[in-house]
Amino acid sequence: MRTQRFGGKGIVKRLNFSANTALYSGIIIIGLLAIIAIAAPLLSHYDPIGQDLENTLIAPTRHHLLGTDQLGRDVLTRIMYGARIDLTIGILAVVFPFILGTTLGLISGWRGGLFDTLVMRIVDTTIAFPFYVMAIALVFVVGAGPKAIILAISLVGWVAYCRIVRAAVLVAKELDYVHAAKLSGLPTSRILRKHVLPNVITQAIIFSMSDIVLSILAIVSLGYLGLGVPIPTAEWGSMIQEGQAYILQQWWIPTIPGVMVVITGFGLSLIGDGLVKRLNK
Amino acid sequence: MNFLFYAGKRFLQVLPALFGISVVVFLLVHAIPGDPADVILGQRATDERVKAIHHLLGIDRPLLIQYFSFLGHLFQGSLGVSFYNNTAVSSLIAGRLSATLFLMFGGIILALLISLPLAILAASKEGAIRDQVVRVVPIIGLGMPQVWIGIELILLFGLKIHLFPVSGFGDTFLQHLRSTFLPSLSIAIGLSPILIRSLRAAMLEILEADFVLTAKAKGIGRTRVMLSHVVRNAVIASVTVLGVNIAYLVGSTVIVERVFAIPATGSLMIDAISQRDYPIVQGVTIFFALVVVTVNLLADLIHAALDPRVAL
Repeated sequence: MRTQRFGGKGIVKRLNFSANTALYSGIIIIGLLAIIAIAAPLLSHYDPIGQDLENTLIAPTRHHLLGTDQLGRDVLTRIMYGARIDLTIGILAVVFPFILGTTLGLISGWRGGLFDTLVMRIVDTTIAFPFYVMAIALVFVVGAGPKAIILAISLVGWVAYCRIVRAAVLVAKELDYVHAAKLSGLPTSRILRKHVLPNVITQAIIFSMSDIVLSILAIVSLGYLGLGVPIPTAEWGSMIQEGQAYILQQWWIPTIPGVMVVITGFGLSLIGDGLVKRLNK
Repeated sequence: MNFLFYAGKRFLQVLPALFGISVVVFLLVHAIPGDPADVILGQRATDERVKAIHHLLGIDRPLLIQYFSFLGHLFQGSLGVSFYNNTAVSSLIAGRLSATLFLMFGGIILALLISLPLAILAASKEGAIRDQVVRVVPIIGLGMPQVWIGIELILLFGLKIHLFPVSGFGDTFLQHLRSTFLPSLSIAIGLSPILIRSLRAAMLEILEADFVLTAKAKGIGRTRVMLSHVVRNAVIASVTVLGVNIAYLVGSTVIVERVFAIPATGSLMIDAISQRDYPIVQGVTIFFALVVVTVNLLADLIHAALDPRVAL
């Protein structure tokens, strides 16, 4: 028997918060980030790509709360505008793999047989390619930019959803009410939509939270390599890359964009964990 | 006998994946817009020269024939020849392999040194403060971009305290070790959240197994049960978890070597992009995919050898 130990004081209570606390904290963090991203033009009167070569690399002042970068651009403004790019592409990039993977997993798990075998072999092939290697190869084919990032994440990312959903379908299709639905002669498409999908989709939704984190990490890493969103667009990854050269004088320029990614990841993980706990209750 | 049967079965399962890899890479390269002859000839392109190059590269033949010839070369161990400096891609990779291997093994060793103790600490008393604290680590760690971890490590241990070199690979074995320490640590920190989660779960499962209960019932001390039964099995679990995440690990080296300016295999590929040198992109992609498939296979076989139940 596993014994759960609760009832400690202080840190235990704080760390072991309930499912709702985790979920709502996550939603608040992501909500705040979303507001910053959307309201960036209202929150800052600086142009994220406008250069001011007379005020380069200045330390934080009242006018530039996080100073300026090597081209005199306000760092805080670029971080806020960066949230727009990284969050938008990060979320967009998981939509297609989510739909494709869930659909394939659903059909594959339900039908089995040759279709299932074929899909599983494609899965085996896909997971053999390290994501960044595949992404770099795709950038080579379609050129750097959001298109290549979304394509790369889609081509690799559907596999996880497919596996998760397929495994859940294999369990769900043996459930009594699914058998009952089958016996009562409902069309397969209706059974899948109304009886199986609602059961299996939660797992996919939970995974999509950590998947958004992964895709933001991918955008940042490709941006750092110079293969992501082209400069001078404000994007956290290219900000980290450009800031690396000035790390000794202005350590915060490459550091804060990374902290933003960590905060985003933390918020999304909290939402994911909150969902897991809530659904397992 | 069982093991051999299992090994044979696992090996046969790999074949479709290998076939798939060859098809994907072949199609990928053919999806590249533009004519390779233009890349090779540049300004000197004339109709005859373009035709000659097409013939030389064999791209004037039907697609299916081209695929089989590509496959034939692969079987002979040839990954193509670089456009840019006319060197075999396989020897270009071989020249940079040691740096990649340093990063991979360094990353694995450091990741295990970080994750195993934390996972044991967490699993030894589920729900306790230490478990709660360890469980927060992956939540924060998963969101850290590896390039960023690398840069922060450079700032801390390379520039503030001059402990390690911040770039390059060095010339001697010891210099290699020193140069690849920080990059390996970046890889390890990126990999650890995944390892901690899986290892903690694996260990909790082992703690509930009958043989652990028996050992406890026999009155063997908590620490001894942990060390002789649980940790042993946790190491076996690590092999599997690492095998599953090998693609992630390989991908990490590609990113991190860039931060520390280490001339490893990934940079070969990234540099090839600006030179439009597609045999290199193609060769390195296949190479990495083969590494992943092979390591996965090995991890499964090692797991089966260590834990006879797998082959049953």
